[in-house]
Amino acid sequence: MGGFTPDNLVKAKEIIGLYPKARSALIPLCHLAQSQDGWLTPEAIVEIADLLDLAPAEVKGTASFYDMLHTEPVGRYLVGVCTNIACMLGGAYELLEHCEDRLGIRCGQTTKDGKFTLEETECMAGCDGPPCVTVNYRYFLGLDNQGIDQLVDDLEAGRLDNEIPPHGTVYRNSRNVGLTASPTQEPQAGGKSSQIAQPTPTKRGAK
Amino acid sequence: MTDDDKFLIKIDGADYEASPGELIIEACDKAGVHVPRFCYHPRMKPVGMCRMCLVEVSGPRGMSLQPSCYMPVQPDMEIVTESDKVKKAQDGVLEFLLINHPLDCPVCDKGGECPLQDQTLTYGPGESRFVEAKRHWAKPIALSELILLDRERCIQCARCTRFAEEVAGDPMIDFMARGDSTEVNIFDDNKFTSYFSGNTVQICPVGALTATPYRFASRPWDLEQAESTCVGCATGCRMVIQSSQDKLIRYLGIDSDPVNQSWLCDKGRFGYLANYAESRVVTPQVDHQEVSWKVAVDHVARAIKEALATTGPESIGIIGGSRLPNEDAYAWSKLARSVFGTNNVDAQLGDGLDPEVIVGLPKATIDETCASPLVVLVGPDIKEESPILFLRLKGAIDRGTTRVLEISPNPTSMTKYSAMSLFHRPGEAHLVVNSLVTPGPTKAGSGAGLPVGGVELADIDRARALIEDSPGVVFVLGRASMADSAQIVTQCASKVRENLPGARFLTVVRRANTHGALDCGLSPNLLPGRMTIDDARGYYEGHWGQVAQGPGMSTGEMLARAAAGSMAVLILLGADPVSDFPSRSLAKKALESGALVVSVTSHLDESAKLAGVILPTTTFGEKGGTTTNFEGRVSSLSRKVTGPGQAFDDWTVAVLLAKELGGDLGFSSQQDISEEMERVVPLYSNLKPHIWTSLAQSDGVVIPLYGDRVVPRWFDPIATPGIASLVHHPLRPGTGVDKESDPVRGESLPQVPARVEFSEVSRELSIPTLDAYSLRLMAPKVLYDRGVLTEPLSGVERPGSVLRVNHYDLDRIGAMSGDRVRVVSSAGAHEAQVEVDDSISKGTALVAFNVPRSEGQVLAGDLIGYGELVTDVRLEAL
Amino acid sequence: MSTPKMVTSRLGFEDSFTIDRYVKTGGYQALRKALKMTPEEVCAEVTTSNLLGRGGAGFETGRKWSMLRANPVRYLVVNGDESEPATFKDRMLIERDPHQLVEGTLISAYAIQATQAFIFIRGEFALGLERVLGAVNEAYEYGAIGPDIFGSGFSVDLVVHPGAGAYICGEETALLESLEGKRGYPRIKPPFFPAVIGLYGEPTVVNNVETMSNMPWIISNGGAAFAALGAGRSTGTRLFALSGHVKQPGNYEIEMAKSTFRDLIYNPDLGGGVRRDNKVKAIIPGGASAPWFGPDQLDLHLDQDEVAKAGSMLGSGSVVVMDEETCMVRAAWRIARFFHRESCGQCTPCREGSGWIDKIMRRIEDGYGREEDLDLLMDACDNIAPGVTWPPQQTTICVLGPSIPSSVAWSIRMFRDEYLIHIKEGGCPFS
Ligand SMILES: Cc1cc2nc3c(=O)[nH]c(=O)nc-3n(C[C@H](O)[C@H](O)[C@H](O)COP(=O)(O)O)c2cc1C
Ligand code: SF4
Ligand code: FES
Repeated sequence: MGGFTPDNLVKAKEIIGLYPKARSALIPLCHLAQSQDGWLTPEAIVEIADLLDLAPAEVKGTASFYDMLHTEPVGRYLVGVCTNIACMLGGAYELLEHCEDRLGIRCGQTTKDGKFTLEETECMAGCDGPPCVTVNYRYFLGLDNQGIDQLVDDLEAGRLDNEIPPHGTVYRNSRNVGLTASPTQEPQAGGKSSQIAQPTPTKRGAK
Repeated sequence: MTDDDKFLIKIDGADYEASPGELIIEACDKAGVHVPRFCYHPRMKPVGMCRMCLVEVSGPRGMSLQPSCYMPVQPDMEIVTESDKVKKAQDGVLEFLLINHPLDCPVCDKGGECPLQDQTLTYGPGESRFVEAKRHWAKPIALSELILLDRERCIQCARCTRFAEEVAGDPMIDFMARGDSTEVNIFDDNKFTSYFSGNTVQICPVGALTATPYRFASRPWDLEQAESTCVGCATGCRMVIQSSQDKLIRYLGIDSDPVNQSWLCDKGRFGYLANYAESRVVTPQVDHQEVSWKVAVDHVARAIKEALATTGPESIGIIGGSRLPNEDAYAWSKLARSVFGTNNVDAQLGDGLDPEVIVGLPKATIDETCASPLVVLVGPDIKEESPILFLRLKGAIDRGTTRVLEISPNPTSMTKYSAMSLFHRPGEAHLVVNSLVTPGPTKAGSGAGLPVGGVELADIDRARALIEDSPGVVFVLGRASMADSAQIVTQCASKVRENLPGARFLTVVRRANTHGALDCGLSPNLLPGRMTIDDARGYYEGHWGQVAQGPGMSTGEMLARAAAGSMAVLILLGADPVSDFPSRSLAKKALESGALVVSVTSHLDESAKLAGVILPTTTFGEKGGTTTNFEGRVSSLSRKVTGPGQAFDDWTVAVLLAKELGGDLGFSSQQDISEEMERVVPLYSNLKPHIWTSLAQSDGVVIPLYGDRVVPRWFDPIATPGIASLVHHPLRPGTGVDKESDPVRGESLPQVPARVEFSEVSRELSIPTLDAYSLRLMAPKVLYDRGVLTEPLSGVERPGSVLRVNHYDLDRIGAMSGDRVRVVSSAGAHEAQVEVDDSISKGTALVAFNVPRSEGQVLAGDLIGYGELVTDVRLEAL
Repeated sequence: MSTPKMVTSRLGFEDSFTIDRYVKTGGYQALRKALKMTPEEVCAEVTTSNLLGRGGAGFETGRKWSMLRANPVRYLVVNGDESEPATFKDRMLIERDPHQLVEGTLISAYAIQATQAFIFIRGEFALGLERVLGAVNEAYEYGAIGPDIFGSGFSVDLVVHPGAGAYICGEETALLESLEGKRGYPRIKPPFFPAVIGLYGEPTVVNNVETMSNMPWIISNGGAAFAALGAGRSTGTRLFALSGHVKQPGNYEIEMAKSTFRDLIYNPDLGGGVRRDNKVKAIIPGGASAPWFGPDQLDLHLDQDEVAKAGSMLGSGSVVVMDEETCMVRAAWRIARFFHRESCGQCTPCREGSGWIDKIMRRIEDGYGREEDLDLLMDACDNIAPGVTWPPQQTTICVLGPSIPSSVAWSIRMFRDEYLIHIKEGGCPFS
């Protein structure tokens, strides 16, 4: 595990190139890193910081604000059970309990084999089929206890490998048109480089 | 802004005048109406997060609760700070804050000076309505060797994270996670090693951030305090020094508007630890045997008498004095000139700038520099040399009041904030400066010109345009490297003087009172008051009786003469030439040559170890007087605690020696000295006694002082730990705007002999061309060096003495990073560990000056060829 | 229903998300038409339509556009963060008709002369992200995105930006912070009204996915045709996301202001009635942030102003039905817990208050409540939203804070007895 693979580094630079300001690419790059490693490794954080000219603490500080970005390893399958109002009315807590029993872990934990992490989620916008269960953000609506058992069986047997990539890959396609090279330049190694910087605009909180 | 822009607002029913852009909380403060607050800090952009400062404000939709720290005042705005609605909201916030705040005040360092505790006592309920479990975190975690964080106490005000990002530019700490799990933290093992980390402790409104040295050290109510001026470097930050039971316990930054605006660097903030370091000397010694003061002074006096009788006064020399208060420096200068009869006095150790550059150039203050549309930075990484000047300048850049053009051999901490950086070959700054300021076209357009000092002509042209388009300019000058001669900077100054007569200068030197020591005459060619010996000898003879025939020797000359065996007595006045003089071998040889070395010092430094006599002196916090920073600002020092053992003030030592030699300096107290300075030295003639006294609670005065008033400052460091200044000195925008002349400020001073004016240096320097096999040596100073101040900060990370080169140069000699190589310079051959660092320009070898050395490393001082304009080295693989 | 389907017309097709189907069903004609009009004319159509924003605040879209500060750089940001509990209409539009969203966005970008457009899509919408990314790629090749769109001389790029899991990023200024690569902290208004100081400090329009998806219909049929539907300020049709104890939960596009909550719940073509034909105990009319309604308010029309006048909001257009077997304490607690988990943490009252209220509610539901807890809860609510009124006052930066009391305070007001039973009996009577 290092930072980005060479292919992903190219992708990373393409992503940065989509935005007027490099820092905007922070979250997409974190997703890219998770699609590579399954979680946001320290090495990836350092590499993203380098690419965006930020401090690693800033990248981690930002990433850790978001539920989907994991700075600790998670299972291959992140099973989420929504317990928010509509799903709760549809029996979500009972289903969640069953998930805990079936997987032998509590909410927030990962199975010993590293396959499953169980999560209680907030509303996933699947309220028309409560309870809303997601596996790596793929939806399974209206499951009962047997449905969960079947789902776990299928996942364990690899029967859903085509539909559900391992945790970290959210979307499997990417922008592939109108890409421009990343505006960040290769640092000039030791040469007599001179530079003109733009004055940084004031950010939030400006009087 | 004119007075016309002002308008009326109502606060709690009464009318007040306010200015556009002013925040409601600022207007309330000015009106004396206190609004409680936590996240607001006057030196940072508001975030309006804690919601403690809610007040009712009139708006288009009637009165509503608004954060007073965030909202600017508007004409006719009505502000209500006392209504039931306001009180309820504020009480609510306080209650919410306490929900997850531990009740560990009795063991908290902040207890007794904690805004949360104070406000809870004042407004809070007696009993908690909260019966649930509090949030728990591991008790304090170390963010660095100096800073501890107790996340349970944190109230998420973002003061520390904002400081790190916005003020210091070191975003090594940040908020992590979200909601009530939000915590401040570092990334993995990347410690919070900012030079400015201690400020976060001072501004934390609760006890979440604490400093290891102060941990459980005292209670605020046991502390006595006094204002003083930091002597960690020549910036002269104002600070409050606190003690308990005659021991220094803590320093806090004071919100001195023209200087440090409440910030301190860690070296200064924790500097008091040095007073209690093991290396402190407390008894006089002769040949490393403890003796009485009488014996020691006799010993020195005898040697001086003998020298006077045999080898003459020119065989006596005084090195140093820039760590002394002005008064003490004056006493020693007078002693040397009038009693010893020698002009061999030099406050600088060959590591500073030409005295005329420091005292003779038209000056800019820090404020003026920050208000100048363009600042040209020639020389060092100012974050290493003057951390607070770095903060001030960075702040000015962020606010858009100034732009920086940097001229430096390598990228520095300023590079990322600079409008443009020109990286030149070390030792060739003057060529670059010359091509920037001399009129006439460059050859870039023709494509024919060769680079200047390694800088492409196209870049020179762009930089020239920056200067030409700017209505005014301030040059900040300093030594980029101890391996380059100070003459290079002198050349730069003269090129600018010649071509941009309106430009002003700020000269950045390292040791705290260099400027004051020069002003007081501790310089071979200067007498007190910025006058040359030739001009002022007659004048001083009238006051002092005798004044030695001019000019004396510089430190380098004294050391060279000592090394040649023809110095009889060398007095080191709080100076350590072995560490600080650019050539270590010359300094060592000089001190080991047989001259009597007298170290008048507070600490057993490397040079003191070689001294025949050691006279222990008091140091910062133990002595009073005044000090002068690099702006020429005189401010006060406080004697807060008694010096240890038999340590004497430096001026006392001068008086004792004079007496022993049959002379009389004419003073028996520091007060006597300042009175004589006011009477005798024209430069100080406006420093009347009342000004001298008021310095103790002011931001100091820049001399020469025109007029006779010191602006008083309201300050109560305990109530609002070092963060409130009600007096703002308005900046004079566009300093250096008048390129044609140096504007004369105010009335003139009494008739005096000619004051030193920097004069052009016509002699061109001929820097040898770098041959293809050599690298040019860079030896920049760093903040955490081996000086006595940083010694107790043993835990903080500091650069080692590794030789760093670009990978390209290392490849050429066939060595790898981490290898040991042979380094050959004119000063000799040494083995050294080498590391790749591609931020270092090709053709350059860098080793930080005077840093701790470990096995296999080489000290810069071993490589520098003294007396040469630059030092070139060859590397050979082993 | 005879009203036209404006945003759900293609949902009957299996391949509704493909460009082929989209173009076959008239897709991108509206964009071509718009590009032949002047930007001002496009804006005028939208103003005429009186399209109210579908994101929650219900602000007139045309008016929002007209408030945009004049500036060479302008941004359009589409809010597809849909995380409001029980709201699932945008996910459907994103997944099932991504080209409609893209076309609407492009029309709007042209209307406001945006220099760049972004569609911010909730990170958890994996399929939605794939679909919209795919649609953007297709539309780009089709010539609808990028330089010189359809030869009109107008150029704009449209970037799909994934969120990463934080409800608060639905709040428009937090969304902009997030889009700038920062923690999703809402900005303080004033001065940070997006139309004045938005993305990267430039003037920015933020509009909801459904708002955007209405654009092709409005341009094709005219703003007047849109305004002819509905009543008062509530014009056109609207997607209502119906969930909870109804027989047929789902998204229903119906004409605004014409039907009532009762219609929505009981109409056989819509909700189809309450499960087990139970009685309605309470409904949450506009997302978790909205104050609750009792059965006596079911005859209110699905009209923004009428609902507002009755003391709640139509908000995100979601309606949660709770029947007589529902524990009101538990329901309110779960919503409090949601705000606790989702508070960004900037403001003390929201950060600490939400957690405290969550804990007290949980304690009551678990049977350890005290009678004084009810006053305590109301007072804590009052400290977050002084007066606990609707529309709320606030002590916080954004309106997530004053949303916390909506379920807690209103459930206490409506069902105080039920709370007291929990407290007296030491447990939940429903479990
Ligand atoms: C806490 C909070 C969450 C919000 N979440 C969403 C959301 O998920 N989607 C959305 O479109 N608007 C959301 N909004 C409303 C937006 O701030 C904004 O008003 C809306 O995107 C504007 O679009 P419209 O004018 O098209 O409705 C939210 C507001 C708040 C205060
Ligand atoms: S009200 Fe809550 S969510 Fe909104 S800014 Fe404040 S803390 Fe964040
Ligand atoms: S001081 Fe104003 S919100 Fe904190």
